[in-house]
Amino acid sequence: MDNDLLRVENVSISFTQYLQGLEQHILKVISDLTLSVKEGEVVAILGSSGSGKSLLAHAILGILPENAICDGTISYMGNVMSQEDKERLRGKEICLIPQSVNYLDPLMKVSEQAIGDVPKEEKEQAFKHQREVFAKYGLGEEVDGMYPFELSGGMARKVLLSTALLSNPNLVVADEPTPGLDVQSVEETINDIKKLAADGKGVLLITHEIDVALKTADRIAIFYSGYVIEINDVDNFRNYENLLHPYSKSLMEALPKNGFKLTEGVQPLEDIDGCVYHENCPLRTDKCLKVKPELIEYDGAMIRCHNYNKEVE
Amino acid sequence: MYLNANNISFAYKKNKPILQNISISVPNNKVIGLMGDSGSGKSTLCKVMAGYLQNYSGTVTLDDKVIDTKDYYPVQLIFQHPEKTMNPKWKMHKVLSESWNPPPEIMDTFGLKENWLGRWPNELSGGELQRFSILRALNPKTKFIIADEISTMLDAVTQVQIWDALLDYCKQNKMGILAVSHDKDLLEVIADDIIIFNDINKL
Repeated sequence: MDNDLLRVENVSISFTQYLQGLEQHILKVISDLTLSVKEGEVVAILGSSGSGKSLLAHAILGILPENAICDGTISYMGNVMSQEDKERLRGKEICLIPQSVNYLDPLMKVSEQAIGDVPKEEKEQAFKHQREVFAKYGLGEEVDGMYPFELSGGMARKVLLSTALLSNPNLVVADEPTPGLDVQSVEETINDIKKLAADGKGVLLITHEIDVALKTADRIAIFYSGYVIEINDVDNFRNYENLLHPYSKSLMEALPKNGFKLTEGVQPLEDIDGCVYHENCPLRTDKCLKVKPELIEYDGAMIRCHNYNKEVE
Repeated sequence: MYLNANNISFAYKKNKPILQNISISVPNNKVIGLMGDSGSGKSTLCKVMAGYLQNYSGTVTLDDKVIDTKDYYPVQLIFQHPEKTMNPKWKMHKVLSESWNPPPEIMDTFGLKENWLGRWPNELSGGELQRFSILRALNPKTKFIIADEISTMLDAVTQVQIWDALLDYCKQNKMGILAVSHDKDLLEVIADDIIIFNDINKL
């Protein structure tokens, strides 16, 4: 607990939508999310694309859109962060590796925007430092003068990564760092992220690719219909009969190399009564239809399922 | 019945050719997997075979007859991003009935719920939209399906559901499938034969 770099507790994110006229609708995207990242650890959040995982990254950095409502607490090194804290820490101790090159300014050379807004007299020093970091990730000097549109997919990935690392952050949030890359670039990205953890940094990896999570992370959190339903060690995902939640098991068994096993049922789009998985769950009881399970500790892992909470009957 | 692409070459405008002398044959009782790196031209070949692109050299034939582009095109392409292939101002029933009106039991095998028909595309998830876009392509006049990375963006559980339903349906209705993906593990499970794209593209 003491060396938790990042601790997210009971965070919910919802949006206010206008339906017709002034009729409002609250759309909950993330519900009751709890997880932690230690120093030197990679924690992956695994969920299908478009399920709202990126919003967690935005909440940690304090860049949620204005109509978003964020409840719960996010603490960094034991202190709960306010919006001001987030603004102070981001880009320094907490950095985001964004999803795509779209997050860069298209009209600025990459080296210019990597160093950001620095006083004139410090610029030379900043460029020198930027060159060192870029070189560490295999970006040649010719890249410095390029505009974002001139970068290939793999190069853009490295630019985003090294830009995030310029300030030598303690915590790195990587938002879908691998889609659209060829096999070799994916391998390189995985190695780069592992290197960060080896340097003692904490990494929160947001991804929908199981393979990437398996190769990179120490712990994996499974995100289902807005809820984290299980957090477990990566070893238990490799030997997936050790997993606790029935959905996590189905997910692993559905991988082509693990048998391509069919499980019926779709993720509900909106929050439903009771457990979010009860419609498809083989272990369902009456309680699951009515009462929402909490995320509890079980055998060193975290699980959101009534079947593992027998003592509180 | 066979779908054949014969000596296809293609270049976008003045660029250098991306497809060079490609020949490929898909029988209607098999699933052929096509594997290759991103950016190698797989999708371009799909578009040629499904009649989306003109000005290519070579022919696309169905049982040795060049496909008539005036009629319903018997080769249907399913894309990676279903949301980009649907009019955002049409509700799902209109999106689907543009092609055909599948009976309820077929809707059911693809996991589509009746009440989704009244929704707008932005009210459904990627997996649900992809089920619609697959079913839309399965019009009874369709003879071949080209599936271009149709499950890349989906979680593993949804991926199995979609392929299970599609493979079953195509087998029963004697539709051939050309499945394009960079995922070797997936193709090994679903395809009868796998073709490596770089081996047939004689650049």
